[in-house]
Parts: sequence; C-alpha cells; structure tokens
Amino acid sequence: MNVIVCIKQVPDTTNVRINPETNTLVREGVESIINPFDMYAIEEGLRIKEKFGAKVTVLTMGPPQAEAALREAISLGADEAILLSDRAFAGSDTWATSYALSRAIEKIKDFDIILCGKQASDGDTAQVGPGIAAHLDLPQVTYVKKIEEIGDKIIKVERMTEEGFEILEGKLPILLTVVKEINEPRLPSLKGKMRAKQASIIKWTAADVSASGSLLGLNGSPTQVVKIFSPEKRKNGKIFDGDINEAADQIIKGLKGII
Amino acid sequence: MCSLRRVQLDYLLTEEQIMIRDLCRQIAKEKIEPRAAELDKSEKFPKEIIADMAKSDLFGIFIPEEYGGIGVGVLNLCIATEEFSRVCGGIAVSYAASALGTFPIILYGNDAQKKKYLPDLASGKKIAAFGLTEPSAGSDASNLQTTAKKEGEHYILNGVKHFITNGGDAETYTVIAMTDKNKGARGASAFIVEKGTPGFTFGKKEEKMGIRASSTRELIFSDCKIPKENLIAKEGMGFIVTMKTFDMSRPGVAAQAVGIAQGALDLAVKYSKERIQFGKTISSFQGLQWMLADMATQTEAARALVYSVARMVDAGKTNVGKESAMAKLFASDTAMRVATDAVQIFGGYGYMRDYPVEKFMRDAKITQIYEGTNQIQRNIIGLQVIKEMAK
Repeated sequence: MNVIVCIKQVPDTTNVRINPETNTLVREGVESIINPFDMYAIEEGLRIKEKFGAKVTVLTMGPPQAEAALREAISLGADEAILLSDRAFAGSDTWATSYALSRAIEKIKDFDIILCGKQASDGDTAQVGPGIAAHLDLPQVTYVKKIEEIGDKIIKVERMTEEGFEILEGKLPILLTVVKEINEPRLPSLKGKMRAKQASIIKWTAADVSASGSLLGLNGSPTQVVKIFSPEKRKNGKIFDGDINEAADQIIKGLKGII
Repeated sequence: MCSLRRVQLDYLLTEEQIMIRDLCRQIAKEKIEPRAAELDKSEKFPKEIIADMAKSDLFGIFIPEEYGGIGVGVLNLCIATEEFSRVCGGIAVSYAASALGTFPIILYGNDAQKKKYLPDLASGKKIAAFGLTEPSAGSDASNLQTTAKKEGEHYILNGVKHFITNGGDAETYTVIAMTDKNKGARGASAFIVEKGTPGFTFGKKEEKMGIRASSTRELIFSDCKIPKENLIAKEGMGFIVTMKTFDMSRPGVAAQAVGIAQGALDLAVKYSKERIQFGKTISSFQGLQWMLADMATQTEAARALVYSVARMVDAGKTNVGKESAMAKLFASDTAMRVATDAVQIFGGYGYMRDYPVEKFMRDAKITQIYEGTNQIQRNIIGLQVIKEMAK
C-alpha cells in the first residue's frame, strides 16, 4: 500500500498579521511549522504504515525552506519526501496549487490513499484537498474522523458532520481530508530526527511534473485576493436598564428605528 | 505559563545535543507542562510521560550504541534533565533516576549483564532505580545493614532500602548490600534485582515536600534469592561502583538544579513584566532588576560549571569526584536561592499554590539533599583539595 500525505508549511501563530500594502502574510520573525491539521494526516499515514506496511510519501509545494517541514515529517516516520518548488508556482491560488500537487501525484503514480489536513491554519480555505481529488478525478471524503477499515479495494470511514457523523465507503484510490478528532499526533524521536537530517529530499520543478505554465501561478489562478483586512471590532451593545416596561418600550423604539 | 523559547548563549553543543534539547523542550511544553500541577498535587507517577520520553528515544542517550542506545553522554543526560526540570523537577528526576540505576551496569556490568538489561533500559521499555540509602545509612553509607549471603548458585538478600526514587515503578534495580560485614566499606557489593523476584517487595511510599510526581519508596528484601550472575563486578566492589556511579550521575542532579533555577527565573521575569504596582510594572524597579540580574547570573554560572564537568566525564577523565561534587553543590545551592527569590518576586501570590512558582522552591530543596547532601559534597571537595596540595 502507498500513502501520500500532502502538507503545508505555515507560520507558527494563530494570530496572523497581514501586510496592508501587499495583502500578504507577514512572515518575518515568525517561525514556520507544519500546518497543525496536516500533523493529523501525517499521523494517520504512519498508523496505516504500521498496520499494513504502507510506504508513506509526504509532498509539499512551497519555497525551498519548506524542506524543513518535510524533514520534520521524516523525523516522525515518513519514508520519502518530495518538495515541489518553482518560481512558476508563486502566487498560485487553491485551484492552481491543487493542480500542481495533482501533477506531482500523477508522477508518483502508485498510490492508494491521499491524506490531507482538513484545512491550513493560515488560509483556512479547505479547498486544496478537494481540488486535488477533482484534478485527479478521484473519489474524496472530507472531514474524516476515523478510518474504520481498509479492505482490498474499499475503504470505510467516518465523516464528521455538524450534526453527528456519516459512515461512508469508497473505492481506492481515494483522497481523504482529516479532522483533529482522528488521532493524537506522535512526537518525533531522536533516531527519527537523526534520520531526517541525513535524508535526501526529492525536488521537483513545474517542468519535472509536466505542469502547464498557463495553469500555474497568478495566470492559472481564477481567484485573486483583492483585499485582506481584519473585520472591524463589533461595537459594544447598548444596555437598557431601569423599569422593565420602559426598557422594553425603548428597545422596541430602537428596533423600529433600524427597520 | 512561560514561553520555553529563549535566546540561548552559545554552549558549543553538537547538532545531536541541540536535537536532544529541542526534543526535550517540546516534550516539556506539550506533555509535561499541562500536567505538572496536577501530578504535583496527586503525587502520581507520570507513567504516560515516561512512555512518551521512551518513544522519543530519550532513555537511549546515556546507553552505549551496541546495547541499543545512542551513546553514553553525561552532557546529553544533563541537557535532557535540565529541560524537563525547567517545567517539572519531579518528572525530571523520575527520568534521571533511571540513568542512576543504569550507570552501575554500564560502568561495571559484564557483557552478559549488559546484553540482558541495557536494551530494554535504552528503549525505555523498562526503567531502573538505584538502591543504596537505608534508614540508618544516609550520608554514612558504610553503615549498610542489608546483607547478601552467597548460597551455592545464588545470593540471598535481606534488609530494607528506603527513599528509593522510582521504587515500585522501576523494573530493574541495582542494589548495594553487604557480602561481608566485617570488612566495612570493602564488604559491600552491587547486585541487579528484577521486580517480581520472590522475596522482593515494596514498602511505604513517601509523601514529599517537592518532586512529588516522582515516586519514592522502600525496597524490602526478605530472603530474596537472586542468581549469582546478578553480582555486578566482584564481591567487595559495591562502594567503588557506587562512587563511580555518583561521579556520572551528580552532574545530572546538578542539571536538574539548573533547570529548576531557570524555570523559576523564567516565571519571575514574566511575572515582573506583568505585575503593576505604584502604576508601573515591577520590572521597572531597579531593586527588582538587580534581583533578576543576580538570579540570571548565578543560573548561568551553574550551567557553565555543570556543562564543563559533564564534558570532562564524556571526554574520559576518570577522577571527577571533586568536580562532580562542585557542580552538584553549586547548582543546587543556586537553585534554592533563585527559586526562593522567584517566590519573593511573586510576593503573596508566590506563596499560593494557584501559581506555579512555589513548586520550584519545594522542588529545589531536595537537590541540596540527595545524591549526597551538600555537606558531604563539601567533604569530598575539601579532602580532594587538600590531597592535591600534598602531591
């Protein structure tokens, strides 16, 4: 069995700052980490490996420094790591990103399960996982909270919904995005860290994965970020106190004024 | 709580040592810190955290590679112990005491003993404990009452050890017992005793002032029969095994003290920047800045001494009794002073259990007492200094 885990390197902060001039994330002085949701995807891949003897390949698209995220995945137990990096990818939106990743996955060729975190902590779009499945024409299940069983050609999973959960069956190969309820990610080991330091990272460019230039970067991105801003703080509510009848009248008057 | 990230002085650590430090810091932050207060209160042995340390290979950093470890490194052990102690001295000592129990086998065990015991200790599948102290043999370790009598292919152990860290929770015990009482200190021998051996039971679990997450218990031997192969080195070598073990382990206790000092300092600095009195943060008062300056300087000096002694041991220097004692003495006195001042900086809040700083003061105290009281350390240092002068 072959498992591919797609990960993203993100700034280590839940309080992301935005440069108002460029509408991009301020990365200076912020340490980079693996997107926390992807840690659950890596862990699930490693559990499949331990149970079925699968090979786990981690894949990321990003600048050269994203190599650190791949090494961390290796220190946790991943077998192979691929960095998709090229100037041509710069400015890609979720559609172009998922296209590029799908090209790399085509090149990897042998895979049974693709795992992604449900979304990245910086962009919060939750679109890249489903996008990859769309580009590869694969079945997909999002928000998976449990893999119940993996059969010869079939996988059975529990998918979290707002009301409860669904049990779904799908054909392999399949793409799953996972939620944090699925497992508890392990810590790296010292031997793993040493192995990760020595490991060679496979590096592919757009040409290596035969990605079409017109579908990458800003050109290949149907969405454009026009503006990013922090929403205005909500104004404080108004308190009507005193006599309850008077207060009620005041509220009704106030509401009528709005309508 | 305090952030565990901070700009470090350059301690000339190897890449491997930096990996150990970062990994231990991660475990301290993610696994230990959230549970430190609860474990301190409940006095529960941190089984799950020990298992996490094991999975991360941290019990291998003081065990040779050929027996499943990563290589003997006293500095490695110090770095790990320091990082854990920065968050919880109790959990840290549970970890370091396994090294203490393992050192006799590493130093004096024969190949068969090493093959039998070290791989499981390196993987953390089992943890170790060291049994020396007895009710009437503390600083005066030559007054041991526990006996080991040879009978054919076995030794029969009788007696009681107390205040044994990891007692009851460890699987592998190295125990010092008298094989010939008439010979005094030269009549002591070291043995390996496995948990579950008939005649080997555990007595009272102590309730302690500090390091409460660690377990401290009596070991009771009553006609406990162990195979003669479990004798470490030769009969009569017990005290040499003990002294050389302490030479290796004392830097670890000293590192525990450095960690406690640093942890208390971290908390004090953070608090002083938040606490407002007389309309300003208390960190803006020079009197308080001077306190912090002394605390930081003393902690740094202790760390420098500990690392330098650990490096001496790792470089193969054999007679490190004096230096080891100096590191333990200086670092533990520093921990006590720094932790006490940290409580002072917190004022009334520092005295309350709702704040984490009083725990550091309680945890610090033991470092002046165990693995040889600081008075015994001064004896060791004093005698050695005089001896060197006579040469």
